[in-house]
Amino acid sequence: MIELLSQPWPWYIGGPIIGLTVPLLLLAGGKVFGVSSNLRHVCAACNFGSNEFFNYDWKSEGEWNLTFIAGSILGGYLGGYVFANPEPILLAQSTITDLQTLGITDFNGFVPNDLFTWSSLGSVAGFTVLVLGGFLIGFGTRYAGGCTSGHAISGLSNLQLASLIAVIGFFIGGLIMTYFIYPIILS
Amino acid sequence: MKISDYLKYLIIGTLFGFVLMKTEVVSWFRIQEMFRFDSIHMYGIMGLAVFIGLISIQIIKRFQIRDFESNSISIPEKDPSQRIRYIVGGSIFGLGWALLGACPGPMFALLGSGLTVMIIPIIAAVAGTYTYGVFMDKLPH
Repeated sequence: MIELLSQPWPWYIGGPIIGLTVPLLLLAGGKVFGVSSNLRHVCAACNFGSNEFFNYDWKSEGEWNLTFIAGSILGGYLGGYVFANPEPILLAQSTITDLQTLGITDFNGFVPNDLFTWSSLGSVAGFTVLVLGGFLIGFGTRYAGGCTSGHAISGLSNLQLASLIAVIGFFIGGLIMTYFIYPIILS
Repeated sequence: MKISDYLKYLIIGTLFGFVLMKTEVVSWFRIQEMFRFDSIHMYGIMGLAVFIGLISIQIIKRFQIRDFESNSISIPEKDPSQRIRYIVGGSIFGLGWALLGACPGPMFALLGSGLTVMIIPIIAAVAGTYTYGVFMDKLPH
């Protein structure tokens, strides 16, 4: 059992379980799966300024979702710490080769240690990844009206054209970053 | 919300966070691999997640299944007349997704796994969301 919990799960097992989040939330209370709304709820809760976009009853609207995301933090603790997989991720060799060319040397863990430490915040690359990366995610997701969960999973599951357009956007941005901008940041 | 409400959303969230870790969706390396089209891993996960979501939404709609509180379930439609926001906003999100190598769900799951520095992108994402709120009237949708 412990072994099952600590080893990585193949995509054809994990994908369907992630998909089950959609009906589970709908059945639990008619809630639509979407993580990034929580970022807006936090803005509303902090009541920054008097902006109309954040002037709503965040508690009645977002309490369930903030609870959900607290659960995700707990799930991250269980899945990534208590039952952590000690082995490096089995990546495609071509990705490893590409990343080595860009100067990534350490392939242990979920993230490259060269970029995701407190001290890396002081480097240009680390600051760009952590601060600009987070900012673009927060800005872009609200502009697009959803993130990977709200559009790519919930929206596509409900056959929303808007979500298909948003997902195409996700890949336009992602490919530009991966092929054109990241090599500059890491150089 | 009642205590039982907190508990049910906490449990579903915990399951979600746990699976994000076990499937390595939280991994910066996996996102790099995905955008390089080097593996089926991420596409398989998203494809099957959508497949299960689609089937279950169809079942809920077809049989008019009610939620645990016996309220009817309705899913709000996304406004398809606004095109610019989805393609431009989506692209901006995509830039951030590839840069950080994590989308909002994984940011929180990674924080829980002990990667404390993830609080920085989370704060930055809140700032990004706030910035959108300030400038939304001036942006094309």
